[in-house]
Amino acid sequence: MKKVIMGNHALSYGAMLGRAQVISAYPITPQTQVVELLSEMCADKTLDAKFIKVESEHSAMAACIGASLAGARTFTATSSQGLTLMHELLHWASGGRLPVVMGNINRAMAPGWSIWSDQNDSLSQRDTGWIQFYCCSNQEVLDTVIQAFKVSEKLLIPSMVVLDAFSLSHTYEVVDVPEQEKVDEYLPPFKPKIKITPDEPHAFGGLTSPDHYFELRYKLQKEMEKAPALIEETGKEFEKMFGRYLGLVDEYCCDDADIILITSGTMGSTARVAAEQLRQEGIKAGNLRIKAFRPFPFETVRKIVKGAEKIAVVDRNISYGHHGMFYEEVKSALYGYNDSLPVFGFIAGLGGRDITPATFKEVTNLALKKKKPEEEIIWIGVKR
Amino acid sequence: MIEIRFHGRGGQGTVVASKILADTISKEGKYVQAYPEFGVERRGAPVFAFIRIDSKPIYDKSRIYNPDHVVVVDPTLIEAIDVTEGLKEGGYIIVNSEKKPEKLEFPDKFKVATINATEIAVKHKLGTLAAPIVNTAIVGAVVKILRLAKIESVLEAVREGVPIKPEDNAAAAKEAYEKS
Repeated sequence: MKKVIMGNHALSYGAMLGRAQVISAYPITPQTQVVELLSEMCADKTLDAKFIKVESEHSAMAACIGASLAGARTFTATSSQGLTLMHELLHWASGGRLPVVMGNINRAMAPGWSIWSDQNDSLSQRDTGWIQFYCCSNQEVLDTVIQAFKVSEKLLIPSMVVLDAFSLSHTYEVVDVPEQEKVDEYLPPFKPKIKITPDEPHAFGGLTSPDHYFELRYKLQKEMEKAPALIEETGKEFEKMFGRYLGLVDEYCCDDADIILITSGTMGSTARVAAEQLRQEGIKAGNLRIKAFRPFPFETVRKIVKGAEKIAVVDRNISYGHHGMFYEEVKSALYGYNDSLPVFGFIAGLGGRDITPATFKEVTNLALKKKKPEEEIIWIGVKR
Repeated sequence: MIEIRFHGRGGQGTVVASKILADTISKEGKYVQAYPEFGVERRGAPVFAFIRIDSKPIYDKSRIYNPDHVVVVDPTLIEAIDVTEGLKEGGYIIVNSEKKPEKLEFPDKFKVATINATEIAVKHKLGTLAAPIVNTAIVGAVVKILRLAKIESVLEAVREGVPIKPEDNAAAAKEAYEKS
């Protein structure tokens, strides 16, 4: 059924159709509507789930961890300061191999106090062992929540479904809401091999000596390495049932492109418009929107950019003292494979500064003018 | 692609108006994207809502700077802010006003239309006398003036989209549609 819904509600519908059994969340701008709708669904029994109210995001994740350990499919959502307050427990969820699925609305970190979008909140959780999906439409948000449950439960690794503040969270779009029966067919109930219940008591997360800890981390990494193939496989399966492919990346006109824009999130959707306009102006541009940041799709990126003459990575984030985080990954993907391909790194749109088709045209023109990048960061639209 | 900007004041239902318009457009099988001003809203302060309409999927997620048309839900805003900012030449300014369009002073390069949505809302007992809820009447007028959809789609969207008084709201939308 087609419905006009906001990005936040796309997360709620994804959790509902995924039949989340326990939801624990704390409201924060710009995520609030996710929690509002889910709590209403729990109250009126549209969703047969336990909604656990908490006093902070740290507790929300703790409740999800407990529920997941007991074998429940769990969901939460947060943003920015809330996500970073959860930081300690993000490690607990992944280290404990608990397939919690979480929506995160990208919102810039304070100070200065901001409620607008950039990716530093979720990207600073990069090394917590969570799978991270960056979405560009409300349809993709809803679909990805369902897929994330499937991927996470198979690998026993938690997933984060990420969307931009306002340009997705509060934006209404037409979304095809799939039928429950079909989603049930795609996503069977969560049945973990090991769980803790009063009848089956186990210890969890106890003192682990140097004799064992190393192997736990090795296993987490080994399972994470399986994620790219599994995301593609479950994405194809999703396409067969619902007509929409969910992959590691989304490419537009990269085959014959001279210059490829590498983007993510909603600006990755706007970049497609820019690439289309650039082509009308005679510049062979392509757009490669990265959807999965962790695990990073190294092989896929290498394959797609192979024929290009230049790469322009646009980051809505920064690793201070270094550069844009997608730029870093792209360079790392090409190292030793395609060292002569010039990769330009741009930073734009921090703290919700708008990124428009004109931004990508500026980026493209700058990259086309130079043989190779002269600086690690090219700032777009900063007032100096 | 058609881009429209709504001007209202916090608490008047301007964002809901853009949502009901989006529902209306979606019912005709078109693509639509609607968003409020990116920020915090305060009751009584000027607020904005935006909408993009196309027959193809809409990939542009940037903000609207040069709308094809603007809708002014609260006429007192005309004195307070420049509602024509960025408006394309030949675009409509649709104002909730009891005045005739030619009585409103706008540059000749724009088209002006008025609808007395406040009177319609009061007549159908929507909101209170002091703060009538005009959004459904506004949607009825906008759809007609800009030829965006059939009245049936408007009525269906209104009935599904308003939290209370679906029939009164539908009647207000219909009256505004017919008067425009």
